[in-house]
Amino acid sequence: MRPALLNVGLTAIVLVAALLSLAVGPAGLGVTESVTGIVAGGSDVGAIILREIRLPRTILALAIGSTLGLSGAVLQGFLRNPLAEPGLIGVSGMASLGAVLLFYFGVAGSALYVLPAGALLGALIAVVLLLVLAARSNSTLTLILAGVALSSLAGALTSLVLSLSPNPFASYEIIFWLLGSLKDRSMEHVWLALPLMIAGWLLIALAGRAINALSLGEEAAATMGINLSRARTVIVLGVALSVGAATAVAGAIGFIGLMVPHLLRPFTSGMPRQLLLPSALGGGALLLVADTVCRVVLPASELNVGVVTALIGAPFFLWLVVRTRREVA
Amino acid sequence: MLDVKNLSVVLSKRRVLHALNFTIRNGEVVGLLGPNGAGKSTLMRALSGQYPIEGAIKLDEHDLPSLSIAERARNLAYLPQTRIIGWPMRVRDVVALGRLPWRALGQRSSAADAEAVQHALDLMDVAHLADRTATELSGGEQARVLAARAVAQDTRLLIADEPASGLDPAHQIMMMEALRRIARQGRMVFVSLHDLTLAARWCDRVIMLKDGEIAGDGSPGLMMQPQRLAHVFGVRAHFALDTEGLILAPTGLIQR
Repeated sequence: MRPALLNVGLTAIVLVAALLSLAVGPAGLGVTESVTGIVAGGSDVGAIILREIRLPRTILALAIGSTLGLSGAVLQGFLRNPLAEPGLIGVSGMASLGAVLLFYFGVAGSALYVLPAGALLGALIAVVLLLVLAARSNSTLTLILAGVALSSLAGALTSLVLSLSPNPFASYEIIFWLLGSLKDRSMEHVWLALPLMIAGWLLIALAGRAINALSLGEEAAATMGINLSRARTVIVLGVALSVGAATAVAGAIGFIGLMVPHLLRPFTSGMPRQLLLPSALGGGALLLVADTVCRVVLPASELNVGVVTALIGAPFFLWLVVRTRREVA
Repeated sequence: MLDVKNLSVVLSKRRVLHALNFTIRNGEVVGLLGPNGAGKSTLMRALSGQYPIEGAIKLDEHDLPSLSIAERARNLAYLPQTRIIGWPMRVRDVVALGRLPWRALGQRSSAADAEAVQHALDLMDVAHLADRTATELSGGEQARVLAARAVAQDTRLLIADEPASGLDPAHQIMMMEALRRIARQGRMVFVSLHDLTLAARWCDRVIMLKDGEIAGDGSPGLMMQPQRLAHVFGVRAHFALDTEGLILAPTGLIQR
């Protein structure tokens, strides 16, 4: 498929999903009212619900989904490994740990910025550790191994905090947060996370050449004018900034970063760089839909979006894997 | 001209190459021969800037180690021994990656790029596969596609690490012919080989490497002597001569 056609098609899907996301909610406001409410402003209840509750949620779902799709695509290209995803290099695990520690000490709720700041700090520590560990060798394999080790460590420490948790309420809060959710997010969350995510996206976009060249291996790329250590730094920083910010406001949302690039790769020329924009759009659309589904299926208690992405994602992904294997065989 | 002086490489505190001295002149195909573990790949990686070195490497007027990564890639192309095509990409797109060093960030490919890519496709006999998916081709076809990528880089020096291994006889000859044609444009080709006959017939000069030291440097006729083959490879060989040159077939091991 032509790249432009794919991107236009995905943009259309994103727009429809965004409108649906704005239109669905317990207050029962339709698409027309939603759009007029946002555009015209006003102070009636409907307009306030839209601006204060649904709009930030829609923006965050789009931005976070895009972040996860984009990060998955760039990591798969960089590591030449179809199993790579943002969780793999340990950034989301460390961000979760940072947030969970704040829950443990009971300060998570003291101000809006505390929890995201903790998560960002966790992500930052992950990046510094990764760069220090991986800088010693030029191999991308070292980066994967360091990431896996970091993820496991973060997971173990999170479990430790959970089991040492002082009261059941704190444990419940931690578990809920770990499942990932976009419920009750405000424009403050948007202003906190969006600039960091955009900075991360820009860094990732700089790595397009490098991931194209790396599809022929590190030796070839290194002799094709690619500065591998700079590419690695740019990619790790970009992924960490954007995924760290995403995890900071929405908790851990799995599967999008792994699934979306796979889903879209057959529609591209196979060049890793050409997969970046479609994966960002596809990730955004997927998280918008998943988050809307959460609100519709169980309106009263509301499912966690992380649960929904995994529930939709895992079986679908399995089907995809089985199908492509059969085609190859 | 490539001028290598006192080139040593130390990897993990072990000295792998010992003060090598040699040159490659413009228009020359120089073959690199030697047993497994002699240091052939190490030498090729060192020349292409992938290992820290001691000594001096001059390519034409450039001091090779002090060139920037991008500048080096415009002067020297390297075809790795390990053949990797990571994703289901079109053959033409794979070959076009060789043009990366010639394009500034964000710059679109030019007519000159398209011409270089087409030339490389033709030279490696893969033009008819240009719109196929590279990962679906046979091993030999993939090897030629990757060689075309290095050719498309359009450099003064082409370093190829065992480009003929795994190819059928016709395409081995085609590969050597292509390398010779590249050299005849006034460029330099440095190629490592395991096939003694290919080296004898298609290389202008042969450098023999053993235990990280040069065990011979000269014309194929001079290098391919029973005593030297016994010393470097530990083999006996059958020698024959036809109108186009030497034919060598290893026939047995020499007890050492």
